[in-house]
Amino acid sequence: MSVIISGELKAEVKNLNFYYGDVHALRDINLPIERRKVSALIGPSGCGKTTFLRCFNRMHDLYPHNRYEGKIILHPDNINIILPEIDPIEIRMQISMVFQKPNPFPKSIYENVAYGLRVRGINKRQLLDEKVEKSLRGAALWDEVKDRLHNLAFDLSGGQQQRLCIARALATDPRILLFDEPTSALDPTATSKIEELIVELKNEVTIIIVTHNMQQAARVSDYTAFMYLGEIIEFDKTDKIFTAPSNRLTEEYITGRFG
Amino acid sequence: MKNIKRRIAFNKFWDYVFWVTGLLSTLVGLVLLFTLIVDLFLDGSGRLSYKFFTSFPSRFPEEAGILSAWVGTFFLMIVTAFAAIPLGVAAGIYLEEYAKKNWLTDIIEINIANLAGVPSIIYGLLAMGLFVYFFKFGESILTGGLALALLILPMVIMATREAIRAIPNSIREASYALGATKWQTVWWHIIPYSTGGILTGIIIGLSRAIGETAPIITVGALTFIAFLPTPPITSGFPFISFKWLFDPFTVMPIQIFNWVSRPQAEFHINAAAAGIVLMIMTLLMNGIAIYIRYRFRKKIKW
Repeated sequence: MSVIISGELKAEVKNLNFYYGDVHALRDINLPIERRKVSALIGPSGCGKTTFLRCFNRMHDLYPHNRYEGKIILHPDNINIILPEIDPIEIRMQISMVFQKPNPFPKSIYENVAYGLRVRGINKRQLLDEKVEKSLRGAALWDEVKDRLHNLAFDLSGGQQQRLCIARALATDPRILLFDEPTSALDPTATSKIEELIVELKNEVTIIIVTHNMQQAARVSDYTAFMYLGEIIEFDKTDKIFTAPSNRLTEEYITGRFG
Repeated sequence: MKNIKRRIAFNKFWDYVFWVTGLLSTLVGLVLLFTLIVDLFLDGSGRLSYKFFTSFPSRFPEEAGILSAWVGTFFLMIVTAFAAIPLGVAAGIYLEEYAKKNWLTDIIEINIANLAGVPSIIYGLLAMGLFVYFFKFGESILTGGLALALLILPMVIMATREAIRAIPNSIREASYALGATKWQTVWWHIIPYSTGGILTGIIIGLSRAIGETAPIITVGALTFIAFLPTPPITSGFPFISFKWLFDPFTVMPIQIFNWVSRPQAEFHINAAAAGIVLMIMTLLMNGIAIYIRYRFRKKIKW
């Protein structure tokens, strides 16, 4: 599969299997992730795309009876991030996540963005101010909130809240940014803003996005993987997947015949 | 059509019947309570004066006051709060955020719920055995406060757990996804967002403890006491003293009980007056609890 990728690799998934207790949720997944590109995971509900995404920041470690097998190699360090002896916190410090529903903390806008830095022991006001501004600018939210940084984040609209969550994830300079259906709770205007933002962000960070909106995958991503029943059915350049898929199942899904 | 109309009239009749029954049932409770309060006020309000609060109990009803009782209650509540809050909150946080969910935690959960229903005198007996005879704390404020702390501990634990459970999981995940440890998540998010619920539970617990009599009598509170505990603040170094913890004491409900059991009617008036004070104390605490809940609900809505 790596022939598809032309540039530098940021991560490589090799024979990944994942189990929720006895349920075999992901089967022999292989996937290359190119640096500073957007890779999209598409597929019908329950196909395992979110489960797969949550392997990258070891979210499954928060709940009992979950088990990984195989490798997710993070480049250039060449470490397998799903090894049990690797602390999930160490991974989460480098790989940030934006969730399906905007989930800001019930704190001020400023504190929401600063939280990741505070977790890392950064408390210097000046440094925090700089980072918060940079992240909010990066999430295209700065102009809207610069005069009310100390207002509650809950006062923002849904789309603004989601961009705040993106700013929060950006503040810690992640190496990979994970998006789990980031626009499924948003209206079309807010959605298009987030999509523009994603395309812009790939200049700085590697992005993996789960979406069940195929147009969205087509609009924002460089590579697309189609998943079905816990397996990757097809992985290719996004143009190729949506114009000339090589697998019949992929074709049926993107033409809307199932899913 | 006619049939349908008759049917509707019949259905509505039962609606009406329940409306009347419901209203009457509500009134029974309200009217009784109201009468009780009015009666208490009519009996006792004449005795409420500055002197009543600043006098010790006495053989003469018109000279007797509740000084040692309300001071005792105050100190007792301090001990109870200092013992029950850290223990209860820590236990609640542990059970919700740290403990693995298995049969052992299930058993603990059921037992805590049951402990809240144990008669208060049982806690008094436990406290007598443990704090008076085993730890030799004596029949003191410390013993009484700890007995009440045990009594309200299950309430504090349950209030803490409920408040924590109300926090959506997406908030925890957001925190963990940024690389936070469990303790960072608890300290920055779980505790601040559940403070309203926890405080409400604590105050409701304390307002229950303030009216408890049985466990306090069991651990040996005095019924007649004409001196105050040692002041906790002293004039000489180190300016703070914990000697009051080991002083004998009495509390409001015991004072009331003591006066009611006297044959002279004048003492009964004193009892009513002290009853008013105790009731106002309780209402005040519940009011604070409601206010805190309201404030925090306004700030945090999920």
